[in-house]
Amino acid sequence: MTARRLLIAAALISTLFLVVVPLAYIFSRAFGQGWAAYQANILHPDTLHAIWLTSVVAVIVLPINIAFGIAAAWLVARFRFWGRGLLVLLIEIPFSVSPIIAGICYLLLYGRQGLLGPLLLENGIQILFAIPGIVLVTMFVTSPFVAREVLPLMEAQGSEQEQAAVTLGASGWQIFRRVTLPNIRWALLYGAVLCAARAVGEFGGVSVVSGSIRGQTNTLPLQVELLFNDLNTVGAFAAASTLTLIALVALAVKTVLDRQR
Amino acid sequence: MKRVLPGFGLSMGVTLTYLGVIVLLPLVALVLRGAEIGPERFWAILTAPRTLAALQLTLVAGAMATVVNAAYGLLMAWVLVRYDFPGKRVLDALMDIPFALPTAVAGLALSALFSANGWFGALLEPMGIQVVFTIWGVAIAMSFTSIPFVVRTVQPVLEDLDTQYEQAAITLGAHPFTIFRKVIWPVILPSFLVGITLSFARSLGEFGAVVFIAGNLPMKTEIASLLAVIRLEEYDYNGAAAIAMVLLVIALLLLVVSNLLQARALRYKAKP
Repeated sequence: MTARRLLIAAALISTLFLVVVPLAYIFSRAFGQGWAAYQANILHPDTLHAIWLTSVVAVIVLPINIAFGIAAAWLVARFRFWGRGLLVLLIEIPFSVSPIIAGICYLLLYGRQGLLGPLLLENGIQILFAIPGIVLVTMFVTSPFVAREVLPLMEAQGSEQEQAAVTLGASGWQIFRRVTLPNIRWALLYGAVLCAARAVGEFGGVSVVSGSIRGQTNTLPLQVELLFNDLNTVGAFAAASTLTLIALVALAVKTVLDRQR
Repeated sequence: MKRVLPGFGLSMGVTLTYLGVIVLLPLVALVLRGAEIGPERFWAILTAPRTLAALQLTLVAGAMATVVNAAYGLLMAWVLVRYDFPGKRVLDALMDIPFALPTAVAGLALSALFSANGWFGALLEPMGIQVVFTIWGVAIAMSFTSIPFVVRTVQPVLEDLDTQYEQAAITLGAHPFTIFRKVIWPVILPSFLVGITLSFARSLGEFGAVVFIAGNLPMKTEIASLLAVIRLEEYDYNGAAAIAMVLLVIALLLLVVSNLLQARALRYKAKP
C-alpha cells in the first residue's frame, strides 16, 4: 500500500512540474498585466493578420487531407495490390521526418536554386515565402493524421457491408455515403481534429518556407517567435495563449471522441 | 482477381498523386541535392567542428531527454493503469498536452519559466543552476515535447496484461519486485522500447521548442536542424542539404527500428 501511495504521489508531483505548471504559466503571463493589455496585444494588426493567415492555411489544408486520408484508407484497406506495404510506409513517413527537414526539402525543391526553381521563376509562379509554400509544407506535416485513424478502423470492420451494397446495385458514391461514411465517421472526425490542431500549431517547417514577413507571411506560431525576439513577452504570451486555447479545445474534443469510440 | 468494390483507380490516383507531389518530390529534391555534393565535400561538411558540435549536442540532449521520458513514462503508465484515485482521468488527459500544444508555445513557456525571473528560474538560479542557454535547456525542451510516447505505448499493453500470472506469483510468495521483473517486465519491454525509440526520434527532430530556450550559440547550444537552417539562410545549400540528409537518414533508421520492435511487440501479444 505504501508503494502505491508513493508512486501516485510521484506521478502527481512530476506531472505538476512537467505539464501543469508550464500550461498555467502561459495564461498567467498572458493575463498578468490585465485584460486590457491582453486585448491590446491580441488586437495588434500583425497578430490579427497572423491569426487570419493561420486560419486560412488550416481551412485549405484540412479538406484536402481529409480527402487524401479517406482515399488512402480505402485503397489500403479494401484492395490488395503490389507495393501495398511500401505505400503504407510512404503514408507514415511524414511522421518520422522532422518538420524542419520537410521545410528544407521544400526550399531545395521550389527555391531559386532548387529543382523546380528556374521553371517557377520563368512562369512567374511564387510558392516560397507566400501562402502556397506554407500550405504545402503544412500538408506534408499533417498528411498522415486522417489516414492513420481511418485505416485501422476500415481494416477491422472488413468489407462485407460494402460488398453487399455492390450486389444490391449501389453506385460507388452511394456506398461511400450510406455505408462507409457512417461507419468511419468518429474516426474521421478524430483524425480531422488532430490534423487541424497540428496544422494550426505547425512551426518548424513553416518557419523555413514562409520567410516570416511581418504582417504578410507570419502564421500565429511564427508571430509568437517574432514577438519573443522583439522582447515583447506579454505579446508573445498573448498570441501563445490563443494557440493554447485552440489546443485545449482540440484535446477536449479528442477526449470526448475517445469515449465515443 | 476481379475487384468487387469500386474506386480502385480513383483512390489509387488520388493517393499516388498526393504522396508524389507532397511527400516524395520534396524528399527527392533533398536526395538529389545531397548526391550532387560528392562524397569528399559531404564528409568535409559533416566533420567541420561546428557541424560535429551541433550533431553531438542534438544526440546527447536527445538521449538525456529520452532517459527522463523513459522513467516518467513508465511511472505514468503504471499509475494510470494499476491504481484508482481521484483525478485519474484528468491526469490521463494531461498526458496528451505536450502533443496538442504547438511546439513554439511550449518553447516560449519553458524558456520564460526557466529564465532568471520565471517561476523555475527564480528558484534554480540562486542555487547556481543555469538552464536557459545550456544543454539542460535543450534537453528539457526535447523532453517536454516527447513526453507522451512512452506513456502511450506502454499503457495499452499493461491494460491488456492478464493478472492471473501475477496472482499465481503472489500465492507462491514472490516479492512484488520479483513479480514486476519476471512477470510484467518481459511483456511490456518491447512496447517500452518502441516508446523510447519514438521519443528519441522526436527529440532529435524537435526544433520549435528548442530554439526558444537554447540561445543557439554556435559550438555550444546550436542543434543540428538549426544549423541546417542557418546554412540555408547563408545560401549554402550544400551545407544545409548535407546536414538535413544525415538527420533524415537517422530518422528513417529509427523508423525502421521502431517498426521492427513493433512487430516483435505484436508477436508477443498474439501468444495466448
